[in-house]
Amino acid sequence: MTKLILRDKLEILADAAKYDASCASSGTAKKNSLGGKGLGSTEGMGICHAYAPDGRCISLLKILLTNHCIFDCHYCINRKSSNVRRARFTPQEIVDLTLNFYRRNYIEGLFLSSGIVKSSNHTMEQLVEVARILREEHDFRGYIHLKTIPEADPELIHQAGLYADRVSINVELPTTSGLTRLAPDKNERQIEGAMGKTKARIVEAKDERKRFKHAPRFAPAGQSTQMIVGADKASDADIMGKASRLYGAFGLRRVYYSAFSPIPDASAVLPLKRPPLMREHRLYQSDWLMRFYGFAPKEVQQATEADGNLPLDIDPKLAWALKFRESFPVDVNRASKEQLLRVPGLGATSVARILAARRHRTLRLDDVARLTQSISKVRPFLVTLDWRPTTLTDRADLRALLAPKSEQLELF
Amino acid sequence: MACSQRDLQGSKLGTYYVVQLPEPDDFAFWRERARGLVQCDVPPDWVAWVEPGGSGNLFAHGERRFPLPDADAPSVRASKRFLKLARNAALHSDPERFALLYRLLWRHQSNPRCMEDKADPDVRRIEELDKAVRRDSHKMHAFVRFRQVEDGEGGEHYVAWFEPDHHIVRANAGFFMRRFANMNWSILSPRGCIHWDGQTMRESGPAQRSDAPDGDPVEDLWKSYYASIFNPARLKVGAMLSEMPRKYWKNMPEAELISELIAGAQAREAGMVSAGTLEFEERPETLEAIDKAIHQCRKCPIGELDNHAVMGEGPADAALMIVGEQPGDQEDQKGRPFVGPAGQLLDEYLERAGIERRETYVTNTVKHFKYVQRGKRRIHQSPAAKEIDTCRWWIEAERAIVKPRVILALGASAARGMLGKTVSISKVRGEPIAIEDGSELWVTAHPSYLLRLDGEARDKQAALFEADLAAVKERVAELTG
Repeated sequence: MTKLILRDKLEILADAAKYDASCASSGTAKKNSLGGKGLGSTEGMGICHAYAPDGRCISLLKILLTNHCIFDCHYCINRKSSNVRRARFTPQEIVDLTLNFYRRNYIEGLFLSSGIVKSSNHTMEQLVEVARILREEHDFRGYIHLKTIPEADPELIHQAGLYADRVSINVELPTTSGLTRLAPDKNERQIEGAMGKTKARIVEAKDERKRFKHAPRFAPAGQSTQMIVGADKASDADIMGKASRLYGAFGLRRVYYSAFSPIPDASAVLPLKRPPLMREHRLYQSDWLMRFYGFAPKEVQQATEADGNLPLDIDPKLAWALKFRESFPVDVNRASKEQLLRVPGLGATSVARILAARRHRTLRLDDVARLTQSISKVRPFLVTLDWRPTTLTDRADLRALLAPKSEQLELF
Repeated sequence: MACSQRDLQGSKLGTYYVVQLPEPDDFAFWRERARGLVQCDVPPDWVAWVEPGGSGNLFAHGERRFPLPDADAPSVRASKRFLKLARNAALHSDPERFALLYRLLWRHQSNPRCMEDKADPDVRRIEELDKAVRRDSHKMHAFVRFRQVEDGEGGEHYVAWFEPDHHIVRANAGFFMRRFANMNWSILSPRGCIHWDGQTMRESGPAQRSDAPDGDPVEDLWKSYYASIFNPARLKVGAMLSEMPRKYWKNMPEAELISELIAGAQAREAGMVSAGTLEFEERPETLEAIDKAIHQCRKCPIGELDNHAVMGEGPADAALMIVGEQPGDQEDQKGRPFVGPAGQLLDEYLERAGIERRETYVTNTVKHFKYVQRGKRRIHQSPAAKEIDTCRWWIEAERAIVKPRVILALGASAARGMLGKTVSISKVRGEPIAIEDGSELWVTAHPSYLLRLDGEARDKQAALFEADLAAVKERVAELTG
């Protein structure tokens, strides 16, 4: 085999990493390089240093240590039976790339993952070694996200958490049957067992820091996971159920949804078509409803259609409101914060503005218009001093009125 | 009136005061002056605020000396929120910003809660200015690109060129200092420059683009990364543009790739799909249709060899399906499964176990014969995992039609075709494995394996094979009652 130069390796191993949706660099402990020997800072808010034409933010150097893998997961471009070009970085090469990119302000830090080479433990050791060199030899204080391998020794995962800001384990598929079919070498119980252990350590480390100022931090930005959407038969309702269970059981910071995307050299077990990107977007919206809008998982699931999937043409909050019209309209001048958060078209910011403004005056429709993004979208669901949507919420064609208009072609 | 005009004799009421700011982003200076003017009761209409290089001539006749407040003048008050917004708004490039800030400060004295009225034009304007400045600062943190040069003493110096919309360079020096505390760096901009040498921060006047270095060897690696991390299967140009507007592109090395990446995206996605095997049509719904389709299948290289597809045979409602690896030389010639040496051996064992081949559906995981030509002979080659996975499409179609209660997989290739992973026969044989569609999978060795053994080893394997067949026979009887 010819020896690959660094640039080839970077191309192969960045290309292999692009199917992972997460690139967040936010929510970690504040640190900077003043008084240290190295470089780097994290100040709470993540920074996107560039955007690719796929609309995704580039915040971290997101690469694999290697795309050699002893596993054979069908949706994965790096599976054993795929004949993609293979490459492997040494830990030092990744360290140099990270520091060189960081010094030029291209990135916030490193997101390192890997195929499984030799054994899970061997691979995990190499991942931890990269983080160790960065933190200990170079006093690097930027962001590090390590993907951990559920089958690896818990002690190695513990070390990963001591160096990294965030650790993650992908659950990959929302259903057990999907996992058995598409990722036959992975095991749901093992994945969730590892998540449980990581959660326990995060809680423990937080508790220790309350009592001892210099107790070591453990993954201060928490843990996250990713699910692939559209590769198996799981419906949106299944996916949301799984996500809410994961949020609850393991205190995850984020669940990422990644629409299955066609990969070169795919396996015949995969579906013929990729799911619409909008499906991914609707899942993120429903995720937000559960996390920031006080919706219970059951309630979001109620917004789905007969096949268990969320409608693609309207957002899940509107879909819910159309199904439960008896909850509307709500009076902007009296309704509780929780009720206002349920109104389609009112975001958390608009609700906060309404609550602040109504202390000073009784709101009219004009006032609401100034405080919200689009008055025509919220109007059917609100009562103001001078507005009451008499029969609007009873209209059978309300959905058609509110859904985005499909574009009509011009005569040619 | 709470002030005296010590510099000038007599009252100057009705005079225009002109405040010349030393720097366009000097909030502290504005604050000092504004405080004094409010204490002297100078209404907003009587003050003009002029920044360096601003339109000072208009107010040439204005008064440049200032009233001094009396020692007992009431203190000036403003809300916390105003102060927070004003610090940012003062950095905006709008020449009216200081007048706006003064107007709001003035209004605070009679209405301390004036900032809460979100519908007020002045309040909305200061919020807009604040937002624009915060965004510009955030984009500066994100889009500054340093280039490395030698500093003449053998050390490294990192220099960036950035063109902000507003007067934000000095205000953001702290961010870069905290991040690159031990680096020697400079950020040059048309609105002034900042320099950090690891110890102290230095400022200098406006610079030009040509003052900054024009390249860095690491940029090629960064561009490779940018091009590789982009997924052409999900083009969302609008989302990119809203976060990274074109005006920033000229100073970002990776941006020169964008148009090329977008133009090539559809071709690359099509390439990704066709490099895969995703172009299967609808799954055929009759055995005849499968038979016809597999003869045309060229989804993997085996189909390109000089051979014929071999379809499974047996009743379409068989309770037992026996799956082999692939047709051999004789099967290929006769067009029927399990008719060669291994097939004859299988028939013998089936008979002994009391399994009727006529009642069984017999087929292969891979539909074509894979071989290498050696002289006149065609030597069998095991199919690769990839080829088995590709061919799984057809065996799944057969299974969906026949719906067997029990499937017997002969050998590792057949087991992979059913399970999607490679298993060890010795570990999984003798036990039923439940599979997704509700049927039951049993795995045993391939009869050709027995043909390759002799002596004691063959006897031992033959016994195991017989035992597996017996167990399957019993299980089928149980399930079909």
